[in-house]
Amino acid sequence: MNNKIKKILPQIITVLFVLGIFGFFTFNAQINMDNRGIDFGFGFLTQESSFDVQFSLIEYSGSHSYARAYLVGLLNTLLVSFISIIFCTILGVIFGVARLSSNYLIRNSAAWYVEFFRNIPLLLQIFFWYYAALRALPVPEKAGPWFGVTYMTIKGYYIPSFIWTNLDIFLYSILAVVVSIIIISTYAKKLQENEGKQIPVFFIALGLIFVLPALTFFIGGVSLDFGIPVLKQLSKTSYVFEGGIGLPPELIALVLALSLYTSTFVAECVRAGIQGIGKGQKEAAASVGLTPNQILKLVVMPQALRIIIPPTTNQYLNLTKNSSLAAAIAYPDLVLVFAGTALMQTGKAIEIVSITMLTYLSISLAIAAIMNWYNKKIEIKEK
Amino acid sequence: MFKVIKKLTSFVAMVAVLFAFTTEAMAKKSKTLKNTQKKGFVRCGVSQGLPGFSNADASGNWTGVDVDVCRAVAAAVLGDANKVKFTPLSAKERFTALTSGEIDILSRNTTWTLSRDADIGLTFVGVNFYDGQGFMVRKNSGITSVNQFKNGISACTNIGTTTELNMRDFFNSRGISYEPVAFEKADEVVAAYDAGRCDTYTTDKSGLAAQRTKMKNPDEHMVLPETISKEPLGPVVRQGDAVWEDIVRWSLNTMIEAEEYGITSSNADSMKTSDNPAIKRLVGAEGELGAAFGLDNDWSLRIIKQVGNYGESYKRNIADPGILPDRGPNQLWTKGGILYVPPAR
Repeated sequence: MNNKIKKILPQIITVLFVLGIFGFFTFNAQINMDNRGIDFGFGFLTQESSFDVQFSLIEYSGSHSYARAYLVGLLNTLLVSFISIIFCTILGVIFGVARLSSNYLIRNSAAWYVEFFRNIPLLLQIFFWYYAALRALPVPEKAGPWFGVTYMTIKGYYIPSFIWTNLDIFLYSILAVVVSIIIISTYAKKLQENEGKQIPVFFIALGLIFVLPALTFFIGGVSLDFGIPVLKQLSKTSYVFEGGIGLPPELIALVLALSLYTSTFVAECVRAGIQGIGKGQKEAAASVGLTPNQILKLVVMPQALRIIIPPTTNQYLNLTKNSSLAAAIAYPDLVLVFAGTALMQTGKAIEIVSITMLTYLSISLAIAAIMNWYNKKIEIKEK
Repeated sequence: MFKVIKKLTSFVAMVAVLFAFTTEAMAKKSKTLKNTQKKGFVRCGVSQGLPGFSNADASGNWTGVDVDVCRAVAAAVLGDANKVKFTPLSAKERFTALTSGEIDILSRNTTWTLSRDADIGLTFVGVNFYDGQGFMVRKNSGITSVNQFKNGISACTNIGTTTELNMRDFFNSRGISYEPVAFEKADEVVAAYDAGRCDTYTTDKSGLAAQRTKMKNPDEHMVLPETISKEPLGPVVRQGDAVWEDIVRWSLNTMIEAEEYGITSSNADSMKTSDNPAIKRLVGAEGELGAAFGLDNDWSLRIIKQVGNYGESYKRNIADPGILPDRGPNQLWTKGGILYVPPAR
């Protein structure tokens, strides 16, 4: 009995202490807010926001509500994080593997790349890409076309917009491609396990990806037109592109900075993962006659991934949180739109800051959950 | 269920900002003056650098008409106009800094609006600059009026200001589609506009005039004649401290009234023997005006001697550097402007 109390008592005291601190601060904030005539509530979310946002994935204007503005900011944050995570993973894997190359030039340039980009503060890199790009890029009327129909200008990167007819049929064909590839690869795996036969899954899949969607154009009635960006004169000396899709330079600079910066950390995770695999594994694989590519794909990577995934998850989380630096270069992310303009216009600091914090927390937890699921999937299964 | 969630969120939320509040936890109503005198300096929130209004030089000395309001308060309550601690704030941070008690006066080219005054725990004490929102464009664009704006124009501005709202009202009422590019700091807006990111830069006209001086080549830019909004700029204090509110209000009023009666920093002492009782009250030679705030009777004399009257402050900070040589509406009511303050008596 005495022993039990000894064990539990410190824990109870700790919990009470923590609760006490929280309670004190809450009480304190409430009193101070009362004194200053600030009231607390989330009613403002349904009010008209009456400010516009530069770039939005959903339809939005100032006549929509603050809740809608929040959604605009959230989607922009997710967009920039998603694109940057993909780019930083691709770059990270390439440079991580390159750092272990037997080629002196490749190995050392990869090392320089990593050391250079990870040792400069991120905010500085964002400013660099943004202002350097702004200064270097041409004004719209002087921009020559890239790939014929896209224009890189100081006001953004303009690409043709897609105008579909019968888009749904095309999407169904994509779905059919995905399903059939899954079926074929499962069948191929079985075939190899049972009979030792190999079929060229990769080429079959490649063929499917091209043939099926292409067929929908010929017999499915699908057609695609392009809205080409056209130069329009605003005044004697200023021009802008109309039609097509304009990606703002803020988004491009942010993606560049975030993915280059984070890719260096991912590269180090990849390198650590590969180096964590015993030399014997590679030698054994080589001795049974696997080619270097097969060794990397079949023996090293499956084991290295277990080492790579957990620290890489951290980098993805960092990247997402770092995307809040967007406010510095006017990219309308959650912090700029919601914790910036909306906070200012409503004065609801506590409500908005807490919503923003909870949002980032949820995004981070979601990313962590996905990565944990993936980690579980690839970890060694005891049989 | 919703109530529980609301309570829970409010609980989490409180914790988020509590540090800001703890410093002011002990301060009850009307204690700002006492705290200021105990600390020995006035805590003043200013801009992050707007020439003419609040701008720091290379050695960290702040100057500007907004800065002078804080200096006037310091002269009145502490006897020394230099006893001010300036906190540079972005447009986004300013109100939170004030309501959370990090500063005691916000003198940062802030527009007085109904919702700010009534809604978020602030009190505006007066107007030290009558302004309006305008547009800046490149001279070589050939644009000479806002009527020439066309669909697709991109406009650089600051977030968290009335500018964003006015801009929307303006473009919407004219049916012009535009691209708002909103930055957190004024310096970034200027850099982006200067680099050619935007076709126009919009903010208060005084701000445009001041920021123009920071551009690579100021002569290439011009401010369009139209004014699309009323922007009365003035100092703000926290709601709930009436005495402090009065001190700030009458420090500003003293500067304006001193100009009206021709009292300057150099002739203030000699005005003590003036025949005009209004002047004698302002320089502390008659009446007991300071007592109402708990100050001595020389408070207004110190303001005039150490900071100068409004006209001196305007000339020193705005006219002489060439920002806005013409006082426009910021001229005394006796000289065709709209500066008119209640009498100090």
